[in-house]
Amino acid sequence: MPKDHGIGASPKRREDVRFLSGTGNYTDDIQINGQAYVHFLRSDIAHAKIRSIDTTAAAAMPGVVRIFTGADFEGIGGIPCGWQVTDRHGEPMQEPAHPVLAQGKVRYVGDQIAAVVADTIEQARDAAEAIDVDLEELPAVVDMKAALEESAPKVHDDLTSNLCYDWGFVEENKPAVDAAFEAAAHVTTLELRNNRLIANPMEPRVAIGDFNRATGDSTLYTTSQNPHVIRLLMGAFVLGIPEHKLRVVAPDVGGGFGTKIFHYAEEAFCTFAAKSLNRAVKWTSTRSEAFISDAHGRDHVTKIELALDADNNFTALRTDTHANMGAYLSTFAPSVPTWLHGTLMAGNYKTPLIYVNVKAVFTNTVPVDAYRGAGRPEATYQLERLIDKAALELGVDPIALRRQNFITEFPYATPVAVEYDTGDYHGTMDALECMADISGFEARRKESEARGKLRGFGVNCYIEACGIAPSNLVGQLGARAGLYESATVRVNATGGIVVMTGSHSHGQGHETSFPQVIAEMIGIDESMVEIEHGDTANTPMGMGTYGSRSIAVGGSAMVRATEKIIAKAKKIAAHLMEASEADIELKDGAFSVAGTDKSVAWGDVTLAAYVPHNYPLEDIEPGLEETAFYDPANFTYPSGAYACEVEVDPDTGKVTIEAFNAADDFGNIINPMIVDGQVHGGIGQGIGQALLENASYDENGQLLSASYMDYAMPRASDVPFFGVDHSSQTPCTHNPLGVKGCGEAGAIGSPPAVVNAVVDALRSGGHDVTHIDMPVSPSRVWQAMNG
Amino acid sequence: MYNFEFEKPSTIADAVASLAEEDVLALGGGQTLLPTMKQRLASPSKVVSLKAIAEMQGICVADDGSVCIGGTTTHAEVASGEEVFPGLAALAGGIGDPAVRARGTIGGSLANNDPAACYPAAALGAGATIVTNARHIAADDYFQGMFTTALEEGEIITEVRFPIPEASNYQKFEQPASRFALVGVFVAKVADGVRVAVTGASEDGVFRWSEAETALSTNFTAGAIAELTLSEDGMISDLHGTGAYRAHLVGVLTRRAVAAAS
Ligand SMILES: Cc1cc2nc3c(=O)[nH]c(=O)nc-3n(C[C@H](O)[C@H](O)[C@H](O)COP(=O)(O)OP(=O)(O)OC[C@H]3O[C@@H](n4cnc5c(N)ncnc54)[C@H](O)[C@@H]3O)c2cc1C
Repeated sequence: MPKDHGIGASPKRREDVRFLSGTGNYTDDIQINGQAYVHFLRSDIAHAKIRSIDTTAAAAMPGVVRIFTGADFEGIGGIPCGWQVTDRHGEPMQEPAHPVLAQGKVRYVGDQIAAVVADTIEQARDAAEAIDVDLEELPAVVDMKAALEESAPKVHDDLTSNLCYDWGFVEENKPAVDAAFEAAAHVTTLELRNNRLIANPMEPRVAIGDFNRATGDSTLYTTSQNPHVIRLLMGAFVLGIPEHKLRVVAPDVGGGFGTKIFHYAEEAFCTFAAKSLNRAVKWTSTRSEAFISDAHGRDHVTKIELALDADNNFTALRTDTHANMGAYLSTFAPSVPTWLHGTLMAGNYKTPLIYVNVKAVFTNTVPVDAYRGAGRPEATYQLERLIDKAALELGVDPIALRRQNFITEFPYATPVAVEYDTGDYHGTMDALECMADISGFEARRKESEARGKLRGFGVNCYIEACGIAPSNLVGQLGARAGLYESATVRVNATGGIVVMTGSHSHGQGHETSFPQVIAEMIGIDESMVEIEHGDTANTPMGMGTYGSRSIAVGGSAMVRATEKIIAKAKKIAAHLMEASEADIELKDGAFSVAGTDKSVAWGDVTLAAYVPHNYPLEDIEPGLEETAFYDPANFTYPSGAYACEVEVDPDTGKVTIEAFNAADDFGNIINPMIVDGQVHGGIGQGIGQALLENASYDENGQLLSASYMDYAMPRASDVPFFGVDHSSQTPCTHNPLGVKGCGEAGAIGSPPAVVNAVVDALRSGGHDVTHIDMPVSPSRVWQAMNG
Repeated sequence: MYNFEFEKPSTIADAVASLAEEDVLALGGGQTLLPTMKQRLASPSKVVSLKAIAEMQGICVADDGSVCIGGTTTHAEVASGEEVFPGLAALAGGIGDPAVRARGTIGGSLANNDPAACYPAAALGAGATIVTNARHIAADDYFQGMFTTALEEGEIITEVRFPIPEASNYQKFEQPASRFALVGVFVAKVADGVRVAVTGASEDGVFRWSEAETALSTNFTAGAIAELTLSEDGMISDLHGTGAYRAHLVGVLTRRAVAAAS
């Protein structure tokens, strides 16, 4: 019987009532009395010197409050980068200044030249058209390898080159890795590109700055996954406002997928302008603007090589990756191709020697940063495409080759510096083989062939690392922040509970799943628990939501705080029942004395805490409210095996996904329905990357896919009904819930399965194809079939 | 969007009079014009909605058996006219999404003549007549290149007349992002032969593939054009496909349309 309550039950998402009925409170829904609107004049040239900006005519236009340019931000901090990578030679990365409004130069199409604040948004747009900007166009660099050539134009004149860093990992392993390649019985090599993506959350970004002249307090309302991080970065590094004078509120957030982690210039601008104008200033991104101002994702070009011995054991792995940073360093950009990518290159396999080289490159394109999976999809894609190619070259079954090289003993220390605590890779593969009905594939292929279609089957495994931690380790790796999470559990007098978490949600269902944990711990109904998040004024300092960390880290903080609550409540209960604290048991929302029939209800204890007439005041304080900060001992390591079955129309090259099955190990699961939904969404985005999505620039730095007319988003009709299984559960050993996190797995695990399946289909049709770059669009497939 | 005046006349004469002024644009379903205005790429001083003109609405069958579709008839209405002209109904039902079909009009689509739009293939393929406030224009004379038509400034499409083919079919291969036609082919078997109209592919907009028409007029089977290829010269090449790919798709889709129609 599935549970109907607590951990493991699937209550419907309570937040959906407001999300689906149009009664949510998103940032753009907030209207502040007297607010003005800002329109950013953005560069339509990828690289240019700003000769002059004349705002005289524009400033005189109706409704214009004030026009700001880079000159207004001289002496004010730039947008900070939150992670410093150290290169192969022990030197810090090159870190360019990142002004709020362009100073001297524009560096990508979308770069902000000026900001017009006016009474209405239309007036602001009208005035922006009247600004006279004199730009001297410079040659742009778009291709990463070209950007590293001596003669390439420099994106930042004050840096020595367009190379942000040249990272080697683990540098000391390099000679041993190279030697293993010399000694290999077989080497498989693959060159590929991980296509640049634009996340396109349903809700575009919005920022509203507000200022209270009476108190001197600033407030920023923003579409953020982590309001506390924004408060710290913007307050301390950009505007110099201490936390107690700055409140950041991220109300309902309509999707983020990573793009709403980062601190953006528009947030700093609105906060700054509100104070200088003494008037609230609102910015709402248009969809077109989002394409050229939200951080993009992925964009790696990689050469990867695998060495095998004569028995097909993996002996070494070597990669050479160019990672696009875009024109400036977005908040966590440097960490994505390094610590979130290189550390995952072992995958699910016991390859003893690994060397990862990553060159991060500046180009005249939109900054690139974390997007659902961040680094791990890039690692998984290379590795799992490569293993399929190796199986092909060796003439062995790709699943058998994987199984033969699986890590089977845990904990397992990889040669790329992480230690997997638990996993069962054969277990997920067993579940997958069963779900995907592999034995029936040949019959299905014949049936497709009878209809003139090519059918292919593709498999891959993935490992990912969630809940990046612990803080002292990430500090050594260059993080300029801690990676703990916090929760305050406030029990009210009549027993209801409010949890104020430093984590946040952009649609994942925390308001439903977090209460399930507390309901389980105390034995009360979930409806007695409410979650508060998103407002720095009423939540403890926390790091927000990304990297599938919310339940693993935020949930753990909540467990710790609840444990403190229970410990204190037991003291009160012991007092009320005149028993020894050690004998008190909590079950089904009641405290009892072991071995007796004495008991008091949860509500009696909570009432006593706030109406302490009969209360041990000499021992404990009244009230029932506890805070905990939780800093994990390690990452968590969800893993799984995915299978995709495709049909290819050989006449047109069109690929249709006939089946997609996913077997995941997420450790313990709080709400299986929510987990299913997370996997579905992730696979949807992974299929989007594999088949459809591509942010494409021309050589002048113009974004060709700058709207939905040319940027292909996946739709419901592009995906099949998914088979999802999470019966294989190896609980995390180091967090109190034994959870691993499930938010990104689908996006990490699905692209290689799709491409593997397409290659398999084409080969079945006699086409000697070993690789097609994503997106595997009809024209690319047709091209591959026709040489 | 810039500010503009708005009118909604109830007669063709009033609409034409308003459209004679400087800088005025007609509004059909607004599915092309309104996004363009929002992006500030069009800035008419006045917009004249044609949606209140009763005689420009709806579908009827004329005495000579041809279907007359009012200029402001929506794609959704045409899509529901399956028993009258199945080939056209299916085409209309494949345009955009339900919201687009509920607003977008046949007159707007033909006036706009987007090189990737569907209706131009049907109008040219079926040999339709474009009826305006001033004249009748044969489809063969109407389409004059990407976004270019025989319409004079201020002239409006009041009706489109389609002779009903003996058999017809439209095959659309969707551009992955916009889901307009990367290539679309409308094949019609008419009294005096076969017409094949291709949209999405050519830099000159919708065109008739005469070699295929000749072959199919003697033998209306996919096999009759199995070996026929189209040159990639003058084909559109972009993010979503090269000219060679488009030329190849024209052949594939034409054969499929013939097979589906016969
Ligand atoms: C998301 C989306 C998807 C789409 N997908 C497709 C698709 O798959 N296939 C396809 O073919 N189209 C597609 N379209 C375009 C759609 O069919 C439009 O409705 C059509 O192109 C324009 O018709 P309209 O009535 O909306 O014209 P409007 O936008 O109102 O007008 C377009 C132009 O025609 C003029 N005009 C309008 N009516 C008349 C008239 N009666 N006489 C003279 N001039 C007139 C206007 O002045 C304007 O210049 C799509 C549109 C959208 C928004």
